[in-house]
Amino acid sequence: MNKNFYSVAKKDTKLNEQQLLDELLKKYKDGTLKPSDRYAIPPQPMPQQDSVKRRSNVNEVALGYTETQARLEALRCLQCKNAPCVAGCPVRIKIKDFIAPIVEGDFQKALDIIRENSLLPAVCGRVCPQEVQCQLPCTVGKKFKDVDKAVSIGRLERFVADWGKKQHEHTIPTVAAQTGKKVAVIGSGPGGIVVATDVRRAGHDVTVFEAFHKSGGVMVYGIPEFRLPKAIVQEEIDQLKAMGVNIICNFVVGRTKTIKQIMEEDGFDAAYIGVGAGLPMFMNIEGEHLVGVYSANEYLTRANLMRAYDFGKGADTPIAMSKKVAVIGGGNVAMDSARTAVRLGAEKVYLVYRRSEKEMPARVEEVHHAKEEGIEFHLLRNPKRILGNSEGVVTAIECLKYELGEPDASGRRRPVPIQGSEFTIDVDTVVVAIGNGANPLIGQTTPGLELNKWGNIIVDENCKTALDGVYAGGDIVLGAATVILAMGQGRTAAAAINEYLKTK
Amino acid sequence: MSHKLLSKKQLCPDVYVADIAVPLVASAAKPGQFVIVCLKGTYSERIPLTIAGSDAEKGSIRLIWQAVGKSTAELGHLKVGDEVENILGPLGKPTHIEKFGTVVCVGGGIGNAPLLPIAAAMKKAGNKVISILGARTKELLILEDEFKAFSDEIIIVTDDGSYGKKALVTEPLKEICQRPDKPNLTVAIGPAIMMKFCCATTKPFDVPTVVSLNTIMIDGTGMCGGCRVEVGGQTKFVCVDGPEFDGHKVNFDLMMKRMQAYKKQEAQALEEYKKHRCKIGL
Repeated sequence: MNKNFYSVAKKDTKLNEQQLLDELLKKYKDGTLKPSDRYAIPPQPMPQQDSVKRRSNVNEVALGYTETQARLEALRCLQCKNAPCVAGCPVRIKIKDFIAPIVEGDFQKALDIIRENSLLPAVCGRVCPQEVQCQLPCTVGKKFKDVDKAVSIGRLERFVADWGKKQHEHTIPTVAAQTGKKVAVIGSGPGGIVVATDVRRAGHDVTVFEAFHKSGGVMVYGIPEFRLPKAIVQEEIDQLKAMGVNIICNFVVGRTKTIKQIMEEDGFDAAYIGVGAGLPMFMNIEGEHLVGVYSANEYLTRANLMRAYDFGKGADTPIAMSKKVAVIGGGNVAMDSARTAVRLGAEKVYLVYRRSEKEMPARVEEVHHAKEEGIEFHLLRNPKRILGNSEGVVTAIECLKYELGEPDASGRRRPVPIQGSEFTIDVDTVVVAIGNGANPLIGQTTPGLELNKWGNIIVDENCKTALDGVYAGGDIVLGAATVILAMGQGRTAAAAINEYLKTK
Repeated sequence: MSHKLLSKKQLCPDVYVADIAVPLVASAAKPGQFVIVCLKGTYSERIPLTIAGSDAEKGSIRLIWQAVGKSTAELGHLKVGDEVENILGPLGKPTHIEKFGTVVCVGGGIGNAPLLPIAAAMKKAGNKVISILGARTKELLILEDEFKAFSDEIIIVTDDGSYGKKALVTEPLKEICQRPDKPNLTVAIGPAIMMKFCCATTKPFDVPTVVSLNTIMIDGTGMCGGCRVEVGGQTKFVCVDGPEFDGHKVNFDLMMKRMQAYKKQEAQALEEYKKHRCKIGL
């Protein structure tokens, strides 16, 4: 009986959505659609996998808008003259311009407009923190004084990109005539993919060097399948190959060959360093070497890249068979680790973060999903030490309670430990997700490259390093940041490389 | 890119040697470095193996491994002409080679394989090389002739006395340390427990001792910390800071515990593999 009730209700919703869209479209075509009509459209929720069911699979959680939902959401956009949203997008996608054709159902046009500025819309529509980027300055969100009620630009971008993929639309970007110049791209993450595409388009010979056995960087080893299906990343890599980009995996620059060797011996005219920030930070507390303590990088690499969730069902890489897991940190990597632990069968997953929820750098949507999946948040708490048994295996973490003090250099209120507030949580696994630093390998093996005190590469406004012909961008320059910022820097660097090669 | 097995031989029960075509690694490899092998892409695991020799001209590297689990067993079943899908390297810092004077090279079991290129390079640099090779029993001793070729002195020990002297490697090591011209350096490579006791042996004599650590690894490039060890109270990553360290500073007890982390799963994987192979093999 209940079941029937819900299916009827669902059908009704669909019917209502369609009716609403038809009415609005009529007004839209008559030219009588007023801003007040647009404000009245309810923000379209993202259809998603049931929160209980999804705990036991790695399939994507957010299922994407239906065509009706996308067009309704697109109608919420006021088409502001000044389009404040564009300034919030690191690569300046012409947002209102791509949203307008969605209303009319011309998704191809929408996609073409996005593609002028962004090469990975299916990725960015999924993983960008839109609430602090394009959706933050949205006029609709401002009107409701709630960024969650802003136009869902990311979901619309994703809808258009997914629509394009469904059309089997594999338009390979046009490549200019061969110039005879060679460019090396080091690292195949989002920044490297953008550089490779843009430089190849200009007719240069491009080789991408990747240390792992699979390309895609953080998109394949870090961000889990349930947030970013690997098939989407693979399509982008396949497109690079179709453009004639040469991809060499299992090649670690600095060891297999140095940048100097690549430039001087192999005759590359320019190089882009996009190796990311892949050096895990630890807390340097007692017990961090116990069995069962992972860096988030290790935990996620085992799970995502090596498919440890299929261990015993084809995959050979093991991962802890945890019952109680504590994840330390409040960023996206922490959310990904906690949600991965749930899917690996942990009965209890705790998220331990030293500030309050307001200061969490993770995407609001991911925090929401994590809570739905039963992850227990321990806010204003931080581990003091990790306890283990005689076998050297984790048994518990001892935490301190914290309170927020004055704002620090980052503008966030600094967490201050409360003396004597120790308490312990029984766990058999601890995942440390407190951030990543710059891997020192390239710096150590590339004389003349200028680094800052954190080991990040110093570049000018064109992403050029201290070495001629060598450019860098993404996390190795910025410190751990976002996919879209890495793409933005890739764009800048590629333009500079193309310019540099004209004169060379 | 795949890598063809150019030659393969069984050295003793469960221990194999193969020359594999990996031109890029062959031309860059130096003694002390290792590779990460991933047999078949996504579903195979990534395992570290030390480079036991390389030929830049032929574009090949030599790997010697012992079948102790699923992946090494699977590797052992490859035939000449078969291919390994992924080999990454060379990784880790090369051994610091210079003229020290007298260098004692201590190899235990399969540890003789990574020790060989180091010992050879030490000899080439003008050192007097004393090799101590240990094995559980006679038939498990590998590379004796190869070591003989350049060792100024060679001592063989077996646990059961079936060949050479019935002793652990630490016994002749101690005797050598007691000589009036005590060695200038010891290089010990083998099981963690052996390296631990070699270090305990040389420490009272103040003989610097280098060990090559064989921890669990995934990427091998410094991005995960799965291989971390405590050296002199500090956290070090074996894949980028090592694999060689000052043995007198290594916390071996912690390292040995960490190496047991996946014992259950490893046994399960090997069991499944054996079952599966029987079905397809017979």
